[in-house]
Amino acid sequence: MRDDDATDGGEAPTENQPHQFDRLPATVADRDVPERATREGVVEYWRDRYGVDPAVWDGYTFWEKGAGKVWAFAADVPSPVEVEALGMTFLRTGGEHWKPTTDAVQRFGRYATADDTVVDLSRERARRFLAGGDQDLDWDGDWGYLVVRHEYGGRPEPIGVGLFLHGELRSQVPKGRRREL
Amino acid sequence: MTEGIDDPEDVLGRYESLVDDVTAFREACARPLPAVVRVNEIEAAPDEVRAGLREEGIPFETADWHDGLLRLPEGDPGHSWAYAHGWVYGQEEVSAVPALVLDPEPGERVFDPCAAPGSKTTQLAALMEDTGLLVANDSNLGRLSALRSNAERCGVSNVLVTRSDARNFSLQPFDDEPFDRVLVDVPCSCEGTIRKNPDALADWTLDHVEGVSGVQKGILERAVEVTRPGGTVVYSTCTFAPEENEAVLDHALRNSECELVPFDLPLESRPGVTAWDGAEYDPAVERARRIYPHHNDTGGFFCAKLEVTA
Ligand SMILES: C[S@@+](CC[C@H](N)C(=O)[O-])C[C@H]1O[C@@H](n2cnc3c(N)ncnc32)[C@H](O)[C@@H]1O
Repeated sequence: MRDDDATDGGEAPTENQPHQFDRLPATVADRDVPERATREGVVEYWRDRYGVDPAVWDGYTFWEKGAGKVWAFAADVPSPVEVEALGMTFLRTGGEHWKPTTDAVQRFGRYATADDTVVDLSRERARRFLAGGDQDLDWDGDWGYLVVRHEYGGRPEPIGVGLFLHGELRSQVPKGRRREL
Repeated sequence: MTEGIDDPEDVLGRYESLVDDVTAFREACARPLPAVVRVNEIEAAPDEVRAGLREEGIPFETADWHDGLLRLPEGDPGHSWAYAHGWVYGQEEVSAVPALVLDPEPGERVFDPCAAPGSKTTQLAALMEDTGLLVANDSNLGRLSALRSNAERCGVSNVLVTRSDARNFSLQPFDDEPFDRVLVDVPCSCEGTIRKNPDALADWTLDHVEGVSGVQKGILERAVEVTRPGGTVVYSTCTFAPEENEAVLDHALRNSECELVPFDLPLESRPGVTAWDGAEYDPAVERARRIYPHHNDTGGFFCAKLEVTA
């Protein structure tokens, strides 16, 4: 990887540089890298798909490190910045369907109010999901990426992202986060 | 020598003149510590975690001095829903002290120069209610990756992670804006972790103590420089060695713009020592606190609070 390469600062970037973080432009009109997601787009995505109140993101800045990899940061620093990490991995915006990360859903899934993209599993099914397994599911909500929760500690708690297609819920929990409980 | 631990140089014997009850000190050092988790309040409140652990059938006992520290008689529940959800973080009880002493407020700018693997970083983020700016730095790439995965599992979103030698940490990416508070949790000879790592003393040498003491002085000096006047720096180690504790503070008092301030601890502790092995330290080092294993049945720890004066 070229993670240690120096970058020349100052000028506006014209392409994505994989080793640095760039703050997302506020809107399409402010963007100088074609295809890059915008803050407005990110906020609308969470509102439209998962019913997250845009006010949740008031203190947040969004950053891209490598094309399509968006990070959420509860503070702000001058952009671009070369650091190891900035807040948490948050969203993949490459391709037709955007995909929230496990980190994002565990941290912000509690603000999701939509009922057609948030699914609650029994403890047994939740276990299979956390272990990374796929399962048939009788679900008449949306297809695509869902917030998957179960009841734990007295509240519905998000576990991660599931991909629902053709009657099957596929766990998107990354290998390092899977557990056999 | 102490029965049950690997201490070929009798390092513990070195500190006999500092402790009130040598037998109790040695016996405590040889006794393993129970597993403890800290509730990650970014994700859940202590009562929710207790309810979750009960559901899972995991026995626990809340520490008498802190509602968010749970002792687990059956060991560390790495495989549990509580962990999978990032509701808890495995952390030695006494290691929760320095972040509480630093006491950061939501919205502040906080720096953690020796941060990996992130026990105190994640605790600081929770105390800041995951707002403001928390810069977590370490020089070791492998340990930084552990820090990142711990911060991610805990849902920390206010942290910026850097890799550099903390002795010459640069404020340049932050518009040269200094920090409100800094937690200086330096590398040390780790004698106080003997109850967790029975081989912590196996490779102890005086050369290492003297070498690491130089690194500690450099890290603390830089920490004071990057803190605003009136800001707070907390210095902590898990060693009993005055060379790595009071001597480092004495050096800072003489060379940096800072002073030691008194503070309260919820655990029994002893003042810093003003003389050791022929050296004399500034009397203000008595404001630092030494935590010995036999007083609270914890690991050993050292903690000092400094205020930056200019
Ligand atoms: C006592 S550990 C820190 C523990 C951490 N604060 C926690 O609570 O999880 C000391 C750390 O200092 C790092 N370190 C050693 N020398 C350093 C230096 N010169 N600059 C920055 N970090 C250093 C080590 O890699 C190690 O991770």
